[in-house]
Amino acid sequence: MQVEKFHYDNRLPKMFAQATIFWGFVGMLLGLIAALQLAYPIFNFSEYFPHLAFGRLRPVHTNAVIFAFVGNGIFMSVYYIIPRVLKTPMWSKALGKIHFWGWQLLIVLAAVTLLFGYTTGKEYAELEWPLDIWITLIWVVFGVNMFGTILTRRERYMYVAVWFFIASWVTVAVLHIVNSFELPIAWNSMKSYSAYAGVQDALVQWWYGHNAVAFFLTTPYLGVMYYFLPKAAERPVYSYRLSIVHFWTLIFLYIWAGPHHLLYTALPDWAQSLGTVFSIMLILPSWGGMLNGLFTLRGAWDKVATDPVLKFMVVAITCYGMATFEGPMLSLKNVNAISHYTDWTVGHVHIGALGWNGFLTFGVLYWLFPRMYNTKLYSTKLASSHFWIGTLGIIIYAIPMYWSAFRSYFMLKAFTPEGQLQYQFIDVVQSVIPFYVMRAAGGALYLAGVVLMIYNLIKTCSSGKFVAEEEAEAPALAKNYTPAAGTHWHNIFERKPMLMLGCALVVILIGGIVEFVPTFLVKSNVPTIASVKPYTPLELQGRDIYIREGCYNCHSQMIRPFRYEVKRYGEYSKAGESVYDHPFQFGSKRTGPDLAREGGMRPNSWHFNHMLDPQMVTGSIMPAYPNLYENVINKGTTASKIHTMRNLGVPYPDNYEAQANADLEKQADEIVQSLKQDKITISSDREIIAMIAYLQRLGTDIKNEK
Amino acid sequence: MKMSNYLVEIAGVSIYPIISLLLFVVFFVTVLFWVFFMDKNKVSYLANLPFSKNDKEENQSNH
Repeated sequence: MQVEKFHYDNRLPKMFAQATIFWGFVGMLLGLIAALQLAYPIFNFSEYFPHLAFGRLRPVHTNAVIFAFVGNGIFMSVYYIIPRVLKTPMWSKALGKIHFWGWQLLIVLAAVTLLFGYTTGKEYAELEWPLDIWITLIWVVFGVNMFGTILTRRERYMYVAVWFFIASWVTVAVLHIVNSFELPIAWNSMKSYSAYAGVQDALVQWWYGHNAVAFFLTTPYLGVMYYFLPKAAERPVYSYRLSIVHFWTLIFLYIWAGPHHLLYTALPDWAQSLGTVFSIMLILPSWGGMLNGLFTLRGAWDKVATDPVLKFMVVAITCYGMATFEGPMLSLKNVNAISHYTDWTVGHVHIGALGWNGFLTFGVLYWLFPRMYNTKLYSTKLASSHFWIGTLGIIIYAIPMYWSAFRSYFMLKAFTPEGQLQYQFIDVVQSVIPFYVMRAAGGALYLAGVVLMIYNLIKTCSSGKFVAEEEAEAPALAKNYTPAAGTHWHNIFERKPMLMLGCALVVILIGGIVEFVPTFLVKSNVPTIASVKPYTPLELQGRDIYIREGCYNCHSQMIRPFRYEVKRYGEYSKAGESVYDHPFQFGSKRTGPDLAREGGMRPNSWHFNHMLDPQMVTGSIMPAYPNLYENVINKGTTASKIHTMRNLGVPYPDNYEAQANADLEKQADEIVQSLKQDKITISSDREIIAMIAYLQRLGTDIKNEK
Repeated sequence: MKMSNYLVEIAGVSIYPIISLLLFVVFFVTVLFWVFFMDKNKVSYLANLPFSKNDKEENQSNH
């Protein structure tokens, strides 16, 4: 058969590689700042820049690391690996460029909009609706280019890495679309409300949130591992058969595990149990994959001692194993009772992000740059230093988080012999600050390692010459291929990408559908409570300010049915209480106390003084919010907000839009009057008034019933 | 009332867990069978795809 000549393009992998380095540095720097903010509130700079307070900065950090650092890392690998294992150039250079610049534009817009407070309030899906549409478009561009390449390949069989990329692409598409159902309050407004409410919103969000971890941070990076690890070790993967089992079981099981983020919440019990069971099962494929990676180095461990690329990869795969053992353990209800809402979760995800994603990316970069520049790595020694500094950084980051988590748990659940809670929440916060300082030090070390890498790679580039295109040749695929007699029926998967895509889609949809359908259709899964009423216009405005400032990053609104939580926060939360919450605000971390029943706990004046200067009032590490005292409530949006909520099923009376602002002003005046009694004077049109109204409403629907 | 009681309200709900279990078992057994009966040369060919010496279809040496 005739051999065809073609070129592998290195330009796009290089562009994505530079982007992953740049955004990695930015994302990690933001993480360091966020860590410092928790240790020293002064780093919030909220007097000067309310945009940089922790509640707004933390989502920029998480989004930057996930979608900018790891995202560009995925694309770098896909654009490098797919042509090489399929023996064809990428289908379209133009689409590749649109993909690249479209994604970088998304990242910039994401950072700007999040800092300016445009957020949906759903973790790792914070971007507002116009950006959600943009993501979808760019994702389609990526998909078209990837499948175009796959369909025009010169290699009949698809290597397992390609399977992982296909499954990741289709699943991320489904996750993104389903979780982003939201209704803008107006076509010319950035603000939207989630189409789902309360428990249902929580289920969809954590189905998404967990699988963003699975199909953005894990499966594409397993594709990266299955290609670059054999390349770096110069031997094929330990067991290709195991990699097939790894693939199918992982994507089949992962999609079900989301509800383990909602253990002991108001989510129906059966859904919680489902999440737990599948999470436990996940150990098997995850460890199968980890062992497959480590065993690939059989007989090559001597190389690990000298090659920094392999060092990074070994620690990355080990961290993958640790995190995927820890994950199922955290899904056990008794362990989750300790870990949920604490720094344990933070430690867990950073083992994954710093260890697995970070180190695998670094390993690939150290492997890739010398090859793209046809030269040797500038300094192996420096790369080894990076390895050790980075490893130390991970350890110094993670250990204080675990320690802090257990300390918080034991303090929060301590009772005096008289049956009173032994510690106030603020005692716990102050006792874990030293751990936050240590964590920041760990993060700083890790970042220092990245700086070393940047220097090393720049030097490497300048010592070589960029090879924009690599020549290659391969025979074209025979048309009308008929498998040789005796080949097995299973070959079909390796040959038929669209069948693979379809099967992967079916496999992941089964899990989603089984979890969602009963929760949405069986009405009694969320029993209604007669006394739960929609928010008043002022409370609704306050709620949107609460979401804008990212309060949910530190405050949960979900009291679990434990003695020490009920005693501290009040009656445990019921599913029926959040039926009008678009989006839900259960939260996932308590750096501050739960607010589910904050209403009526403290006088209005306390909230007024507290948000002006939290350190003065309680000694907490919360940022101050001076902007709330200057900003005026945007009454122009009240009517459209009420209208949108009604469209989503919140039972506001007909034509209530016309009356909403009058009610808003009336309620605001009442709060101003009550503040006046405590010798506080403020205009009734300030945002702080709406915020106080919202906080004073929380959880009172049930309290009033008594 | 316990949440599990609500499940009872779905008509024919008792078949659900059995269907789930069957789906699962069939799926995993299929994957295992498939992998177990794969041709050894084919497995080796696939595993060597990242390495460029792999041009001739399905007949190259093991590493």
